[in-house]
Amino acid sequence: MVGHGTMGMLGEDGIHVDMNHLKSGEVNLGTSIMAINFKDGVILGADSRTTTGAYIANRVTDKLTQVHDTIWCCRSGSAADTQAVADIVSYHLNTYAITNNEAPSTQVAASLFQELCYENKDSLSAGIIIAGYDPRHGGQVYSIPLGGSLHKQSYSIGGSGSTYIYGYCDAHWKENMTEEEGISFVRSALQEAIKWDGSSGGVIRLVVLTAKGAIRHLYLPDTNYTGPGATN
Amino acid sequence: MTGFDFSNYNRNAALHARGVPLPKATSTGTTIVGCIFDNGVVIAADTRATSGPIVADKNCEKLHYIAPKIWCAGAGTAADTEFTTALISSNVELHSLSTGRDPRVITCMTMLKQHLFRYQGHIGAYLVVAGVDPTGVGLFTVHAHGSTDKLPYVTMGSGSLAAMSVFESTWKPNMNREEAVAICAEAIKAGIFNDLGSGSNVDVCVIENDKPTQLLRNYMKPNERGQKERDYRFPKGTTAYLNQKIISKEDMRKYISVEEASGDPNLMEVDS
Repeated sequence: MVGHGTMGMLGEDGIHVDMNHLKSGEVNLGTSIMAINFKDGVILGADSRTTTGAYIANRVTDKLTQVHDTIWCCRSGSAADTQAVADIVSYHLNTYAITNNEAPSTQVAASLFQELCYENKDSLSAGIIIAGYDPRHGGQVYSIPLGGSLHKQSYSIGGSGSTYIYGYCDAHWKENMTEEEGISFVRSALQEAIKWDGSSGGVIRLVVLTAKGAIRHLYLPDTNYTGPGATN
Repeated sequence: MTGFDFSNYNRNAALHARGVPLPKATSTGTTIVGCIFDNGVVIAADTRATSGPIVADKNCEKLHYIAPKIWCAGAGTAADTEFTTALISSNVELHSLSTGRDPRVITCMTMLKQHLFRYQGHIGAYLVVAGVDPTGVGLFTVHAHGSTDKLPYVTMGSGSLAAMSVFESTWKPNMNREEAVAICAEAIKAGIFNDLGSGSNVDVCVIENDKPTQLLRNYMKPNERGQKERDYRFPKGTTAYLNQKIISKEDMRKYISVEEASGDPNLMEVDS
């Protein structure tokens, strides 16, 4: 429950309430997420760990959320905030598609996300990566970090686990990879992030977005471990 | 304006900072679980309500009705779980009446999460939502801040760790009704015996496709109070006495004065 009393709320100049303190006990996505461009589209990837403090509330979470046919997002930060934002964007994109009789572009989706994240920046803790495929622009990756800014990138990493793989991704990144190369890049980067980050773990989920639509991949942990202590 | 009034919140927080203790809310300590099976879903709960270290109710109901085939198990603040489930139950029924369709579990879950998100966690309701609808079986958890999870088996409350250990060690896919009820009851018992905040009895609710919902109130009573092996009643004649004297009613006047009371009750002297 929300804890009070450890902070002095009554100051000389009135009552102070610490917003971050009020939101303690929230469900968090201490996360490793990423999305990349490749030759035929985009690939999104995420771990599957959701935590409340030290407890894993869900070990098979799906942090890759569909907001339209071939526009998906990776969610990091507060589970409640990111789900609420994704639900609202999903609603707007669906009405957009009906009223314009045309699927929305990835940029439209990203702008909707930015609007919500920027206008409510004081009450949200959401780090979102948007990736999508549309016939006109092909695959695109956008990231919206905490302040609500919007960045178009060739690839993007996010969440607490991403700090461990900045060097790895920079060293191994190539433009115009094949689907096979792209999947192995995302998979091995997330494997590394999960290895070093205690708040990330579980399974690795991938979504490949191309002209053919969305295809899901699932990779279970430690099935290819061959180091010391291996039992097979 | 409808909804909650938070105007006293800052005043209470300021008073608290000056040393005035905050009033205690009932409950928080709880074990609730849910598990899907072949043809439906089962949810279960313990029956202890606490107020700080005090057991406020030894046999309370934590399984709440939403719709005939959608039920909710509640943890967190007792009043909040009670009122949010009642509110959503009402709205679900109106929605079902206006659409002319059976209500869906995901509709109920979405209404709950949007309501709880609006109140930013101040409504302390942690819920397990379960049911069957035309789309199939549904089982979700909803946290007070508005986040939701969809899983084949779930636990919540302070006893969730004990209960989850039962699921993680004995759960298997494609269980039948009896197996699902057994594993849920076992998980609640783990909470009752290993978590201080949980206790007393096991309540179970089974929701099945094409069958009426069964609320199995006090499905198990693992904490019945048994017959005391000894008591403190002593048999007559236990205390020895040296002599005995019996005073008859007529002889009473020798020891005390007896007067007739006057007819007017207002004249009666109360204190002296």
